[in-house]
Amino acid sequence: MASREEITSGLAEILEEVAGVNPDDVAEGKSFTDDLDVDSLSMVEVVVAAEEKFGVKIPDNEVQNLKTVGDAVSYIEANH
Amino acid sequence: MSNVDVVVTGLGATTPLGGDVASTWDAMLAGRSGVSHITAGWAEQATVKIAAQLKVEPSEVLERVRLRRLDRSEAIALIAAKQAWADAGLEDAEIDRERLAVSFGSGIGGALTLLNQDDILEESGPRKVSPHTVPMLMPNGPAAWIGIDLKAQAGVHAMASACATGAEALALGMDIIRSGRADVVLAGGTEAVIHPLPFAGFANMRAMSTRNDDPEKASRPWDKGRDGFVFGEGSGAVVLERAEHAKARGARVYARLAGSGITSDGFDIVQPDPECKGGARAMTKAIRDAGLTGADIVHVNAHATSTPVGDMGEIVGIKTAVGTHPLLTSTKSMSGHLLGAAGALESIAVILAIRDSVVPPTINLDDPDDRLDLDVAAHKARSLDIPAAMNNSFGFGGHNVALVFTRA
Repeated sequence: MASREEITSGLAEILEEVAGVNPDDVAEGKSFTDDLDVDSLSMVEVVVAAEEKFGVKIPDNEVQNLKTVGDAVSYIEANH
Repeated sequence: MSNVDVVVTGLGATTPLGGDVASTWDAMLAGRSGVSHITAGWAEQATVKIAAQLKVEPSEVLERVRLRRLDRSEAIALIAAKQAWADAGLEDAEIDRERLAVSFGSGIGGALTLLNQDDILEESGPRKVSPHTVPMLMPNGPAAWIGIDLKAQAGVHAMASACATGAEALALGMDIIRSGRADVVLAGGTEAVIHPLPFAGFANMRAMSTRNDDPEKASRPWDKGRDGFVFGEGSGAVVLERAEHAKARGARVYARLAGSGITSDGFDIVQPDPECKGGARAMTKAIRDAGLTGADIVHVNAHATSTPVGDMGEIVGIKTAVGTHPLLTSTKSMSGHLLGAAGALESIAVILAIRDSVVPPTINLDDPDDRLDLDVAAHKARSLDIPAAMNNSFGFGGHNVALVFTRA
């Protein structure tokens, strides 16, 4: 079972690979679009990579609720 | 003839001979070949194991994350376009973006993305296919990305006329300026599909050289030993500008794009008309459009791709439309055949030939075809005063484009 810190750090790796986000900028309070400048197509890539990394399914209708890194961490923590 | 003068104020390129225009032109004048063995594993099983591959990889120029969202043909189009833009002194210039257009095409488009994503689809399923796939493979992608980068708002156009694409893009760019729709047009062509599938397709047409043991000798237009073209990748970009607009901002002018001629053969999907009738009509139209006669054209950068039939047909066409006097060359002997980018790169070679009063060589013309009765700058660059010169580009489908450039 991964901790919230481990999930955040895993997401930071994905965000760097997919969208060039500086890992130091990734924190639970940050919004994917407003703070980290992740566009909609890149967000799709982030979701698919996160599913593989954490062994979860993130349905499309759930993605719209994942506004911040913290939202994604909570979803992954609850579902993996 | 048009009463609107169109001039060339910027050049950009990334090619098998160099990562920019200066290095590409130096290599041409030195008679260097950009053809080499393909090192990728698939070449072992391929009939054709040689290609004219980019001298500078896009990853040396563009950021990694940006490249993830660009097909290789889009990446190199952006690289060439940015060079041309900077070369024209437009990076910091205040120009009206609603008077800026893009005319930029590709022969084959984003096929590398299509093929690579199909591999992912087969191996890992549809969910793993990149969400960037469509904008990466669409044939208007290169033009669209350039338009976004330069904030062009007078229209973005993408032509697809096979190996005549680059030249047709310049012709359309000129028409756009003449019609009054824009003051500046970023025009050119791009191609990047070195991959086993197009290689198998072209090889099975018997269109490509199989001189696998001697790559630098493989592209040999008009030589008796020619056995097909050498597949190349690259991009060429040109800034076209209304002459008065260029003058008003004090821009350096390379040459005038004085005339264009576009025709179609209506003959065969891949075979050129053996007498080059459509090609000759394109040349005649371009010369008339420039307000000149055949006698004024002292140099022709020929389409001549190193195929047995096409090279000699074009000679017939040049004699019909221009005469027996022009000094010819085929820079494809060095660059390979850049397909949709060829017309743009070879236009750049004509523009620089006019500027420097020198015709770049046709290398490997060791044993000229008996029917070659025109003068070619064989082996070595040749000095020539060039008031006016022509570029020819022909493409599968029967597309013929001739462009006439004159000294500004």
